[in-house]
Amino acid sequence: MLYAILCYDSEDVVCSWTKEQDAAAMARLGVVQRKLAAEGRLGPVARLLPTTAATTVRKGAEPLVIDGPFAETKEQLLGFYIVECESLDQAIGTAGDLARASSSSGAYEIRPLAVFRPGDLGA
Amino acid sequence: MTDLAWIDAALTAARPQALGALLRYFRDLDAAEEAFQEACLRALGNWPRNGPPRDPAAWLIFVGRNAAIDQVRHRARRQPLPPDELISDLEDTESAMAERLDGSHYRDDVLRLLFICCHPGLPATQQIALALRIVSGLPVRRIARAFLVGESAMEQRITRAKARIAGADVPFEAPGPVERAERLAAVSAMIYLVFNEGYSAAGDDTSRRAPLCDEAIRLARLLLRLFPAEPEIMGLTALLLLQHSRAPARFDAAGGVVLLEDQVRTLWNREMIAEGLALIDKAMRHRRTGPYQVQAAIAALHARASRPEETDWAQIDLLYATLERLQPSPVVTLNRSVAVAKTLGPEAALALIGPLEPRLSGYFHFFGVKGALLMQLGRADDARCAFGQAIALANTAAEAAHIRQHLDRLAPDPDQKRD
Repeated sequence: MLYAILCYDSEDVVCSWTKEQDAAAMARLGVVQRKLAAEGRLGPVARLLPTTAATTVRKGAEPLVIDGPFAETKEQLLGFYIVECESLDQAIGTAGDLARASSSSGAYEIRPLAVFRPGDLGA
Repeated sequence: MTDLAWIDAALTAARPQALGALLRYFRDLDAAEEAFQEACLRALGNWPRNGPPRDPAAWLIFVGRNAAIDQVRHRARRQPLPPDELISDLEDTESAMAERLDGSHYRDDVLRLLFICCHPGLPATQQIALALRIVSGLPVRRIARAFLVGESAMEQRITRAKARIAGADVPFEAPGPVERAERLAAVSAMIYLVFNEGYSAAGDDTSRRAPLCDEAIRLARLLLRLFPAEPEIMGLTALLLLQHSRAPARFDAAGGVVLLEDQVRTLWNREMIAEGLALIDKAMRHRRTGPYQVQAAIAALHARASRPEETDWAQIDLLYATLERLQPSPVVTLNRSVAVAKTLGPEAALALIGPLEPRLSGYFHFFGVKGALLMQLGRADDARCAFGQAIALANTAAEAAHIRQHLDRLAPDPDQKRD
């Protein structure tokens, strides 16, 4: 069974870390990641850019593009895609295709990645 | 991360909101600062024991306000305060009430706080100093170091600025839409000034001033979180990130200036570039162009080129032309001439900057650019003359040294050979 471990934290605080504080946190996480990788248990790891860099495509007959993220709290994170896109326009197009394919209520939030490690699973 | 490091970061993060709200209650900067200090002290005693509150800013506002009110009552009644343990036992009630504080006021509170710091009655340097002291909470010692003045001189400057504001008629009501737009523009300009104060430092000075760039970026991000759909604030944040991403490559080991085209681009901070590009892309979709967005778009074109030859100079020329329309200034035209030199050649660029000379006759960069263009055209004597004027106008040793390198590259001066 694979598990997703999603990271939640106060962005106000994390964005206030000094470079040194941030590097120290990343270094400590790196220790855990290296252990998991050595055991062949580490899948993709991604760090997202701040929510201010996000764009949201709200589902609907004609998907609506807004400055995100304004996902409502009653909506839960159900999963995520990692897609290579040349531009924000292309990313919005892709999210729009997904939104039309599953046009219940809800939204796709487009968050640029800051770090992506593809992982060692299935090796 | 240790408790203390976490609390320190949380207090820094909450400061603008908390201080802004306390200012709304007390309508006095000193009283608001005192209340915030008191709340921070209590947080240091409280949070390690009870864990961080869900909304640190709300907690600090509530505790700070009550502490200040208690003090007033205490002075009035001359009764001793309850012991600290007793106050801490109230923790559960305090946090429950703090949770109920209306978060929707935050935006106006912070905006008001920032706006007070960039009061038009204050000179720009005082605006910056006051914002760094009040909004960012930087110690006076560090602000003084950034401005290269003594600590007591800076303390005086800040005190004078505060007195000036206290004497001025500062509105404390929530601003209307028009006034809010004006305030946003003033606040954006102030953040831009803070950044420039850090960015324009010479090489031997960068470590001392780079924290100002970081602080400006933090303030821009804060403003963007408050106004997440304002394209100009996206543009401002993107601009600062993209400019600052080049910091590790802008000076050589000896502190000399390294020109954009000579910079080692692998030294550029990729993470800042990624965030800057994401923000400017997002801003452009609003189709409400403003000067910060255009400047960020220009910086983005440089950031996207992995080698100098890949730079899209034609697009940069167009963007500068847009900037000239939005914000006409001889300096913008001067910058545009660099793009024109790349697309149409140095002759056309020289023709473009010719008419600017009367207005830029005291501007270092004008003569630097003019000299470089003349050098490209092989007019060594004219170039030497322009570079000489540039050196006379250099603001820092690094700037002068940079121009001297150009002079060395020119054929030797015949006059000097005769000596």
